[in-house]
Amino acid sequence: MATRAMLGGFKNRSINFRISSIYRSLSTLVLAEHEGGSINSQSLSAVEAAKSLCEDNSVSMLLAGSGPSLREAAANAASCHPSISQVLVADSDKFAYPLAEPWAKLVHMIQQKSGYSHIIAASGSFGKNILPRAAALLDVSPITDVIEISGSHLFVRPIYAGNALCTVRYTGSEPCMLTIRSTSFPVAPMSADSKSNSAPISQVDLSTFGEDAIGKSRYIKHTSQDSERPDLGNARIVVTGGRGLKSAENFKMVEKLAEKLGAAVGATRAAVDAGFVPNDLQVGQTGKIVAPELYMAFGVSGAIQHLAGMRDSKVIVAVNRDADAPIFQVADYGLVGDLFEVIPELLEKLPEKK
Amino acid sequence: MKIMVAIKRVVDYAVKIRVKPDKTGVETNNVKMSMNPFCEIALEEALRIKESGLASEVVAVSMGPAQCVDTLRTGLAMGADRAIHVETQGNLYPLSVARIIKALVDVEKPGLLILGKQAIDDDCNQTGQMVAGLLNWPQGTFASKVVLDKEKQIATVDREVDGGLETLCLDLPAVITTDLRLNQPRYATLPNIMKAKSKVIKKVTPQELNVQIKSDLEVVQVTEPPKRKAGVIVSSVDELIDKLKNEAHVI
Repeated sequence: MATRAMLGGFKNRSINFRISSIYRSLSTLVLAEHEGGSINSQSLSAVEAAKSLCEDNSVSMLLAGSGPSLREAAANAASCHPSISQVLVADSDKFAYPLAEPWAKLVHMIQQKSGYSHIIAASGSFGKNILPRAAALLDVSPITDVIEISGSHLFVRPIYAGNALCTVRYTGSEPCMLTIRSTSFPVAPMSADSKSNSAPISQVDLSTFGEDAIGKSRYIKHTSQDSERPDLGNARIVVTGGRGLKSAENFKMVEKLAEKLGAAVGATRAAVDAGFVPNDLQVGQTGKIVAPELYMAFGVSGAIQHLAGMRDSKVIVAVNRDADAPIFQVADYGLVGDLFEVIPELLEKLPEKK
Repeated sequence: MKIMVAIKRVVDYAVKIRVKPDKTGVETNNVKMSMNPFCEIALEEALRIKESGLASEVVAVSMGPAQCVDTLRTGLAMGADRAIHVETQGNLYPLSVARIIKALVDVEKPGLLILGKQAIDDDCNQTGQMVAGLLNWPQGTFASKVVLDKEKQIATVDREVDGGLETLCLDLPAVITTDLRLNQPRYATLPNIMKAKSKVIKKVTPQELNVQIKSDLEVVQVTEPPKRKAGVIVSSVDELIDKLKNEAHVI
């Protein structure tokens, strides 16, 4: 029995070895988002993740859209990250808006032609919308919100609102498809000399692009929340308000404090549902996931679903009247007190931002 | 028009989960289970569409072990007309779920398929998109508002996307996945709970639907996330600013 178990173990190991040697060279397709002629920073995190799959990974970035802003974005993509070895551009009116139907079709078509070993997108609303649909067309299981890459087919992802970490091995056929949590793959600031090397840009041949699913969905409009403040997903400091703020009027105090710190503003679900702020500021399991250097929570109790969105912040500060609030269990610095007194005092005493 | 709603039974959202000591998963024995919150919202939306006269029937479907029947019964008590339970054992990944739903759609021919945007246990956020891909139907994910036009056979969907809202127009049949703010699900009343007991739950197997449960993922281990080190309670704003400046160096 024991020998057999040992033999079994040995057999397994040799199979694993063989699998890893098949994937000697990796080639990765990164689905990228662009806006106003530049690549969005989450997509650069996806390139960073592609780089950590393996040393000699050849990374292609796929851009789709139409017109001059696409050309500008392509030029930008070619030189925005040293790991990008090729930029693929799909230029057509069909991609004027990031609709899932044509995008998934495009990914399917490119994969059948070029056979990438991996396809990666950042797990923003763009990647989460498109990548699973493309995976279904390719008949493979995608992996959502990867926070750590332990091997070319071994990944760690949070489950149960971040209360457990699951290590999964992908055992299916190529491509292995992932969305990655961008806060887990920070992009190193680019040095001046790396800017000089520029990746080749090639147009995707769309002559065989099928029409069937296209046109069943049409883009109507986008309502954006104009904000001068830094983007919530990438801010160095995030100041968040919860139900404790009591009104939209009072929430302005949080915004003022954020302004003073050069921070982004976040909110809990309770604050969003009560109408204090728009929903794209929601931090949590179903909202944005942030991991800033400093996270300050005012009037936030610290529900499981909220902690899921901010527990990886470097320093957490909590101000709450209730000394038993769960937020104090994750806070590095807690202050038990009335936020209506604390915030004005902070506003007065905090140093001016440089 | 018929609406199909997919429902998942998960560990209740308020339960603090425990990772099993052998690292094979999360403890689900003797833990309170409920309908996934996003699925409740999906079902509520289907019921409202039916109540506004735009749909004739709401069919709730669920895949998983025998206990899924309880969750379907809750759905029937909320107002679904009938239910289908696809009994399966072991791990079921979104790709398999999507294939099963596709097979059910091929049989039932609904005009609209509504799902939650994600299950709060695996946090995958994939099934709706995958089934839309398999069916070649348009998708409206993360919906916060759905307006149906019966004449033109279209659905106008507001989606919660990064940086705001996006409005799409989808030809029916379509797949919609629900975000938190789509609606406020109703509670099942006692009379409706009693009535639900006489509603039909049809049982089928993946074999009968000709669906192969494929698994191309293997869970290696499940662990607890790293614990944060204990923090300190400061007594004043001055002390807080001092700590942030001189100890944490973040301002």
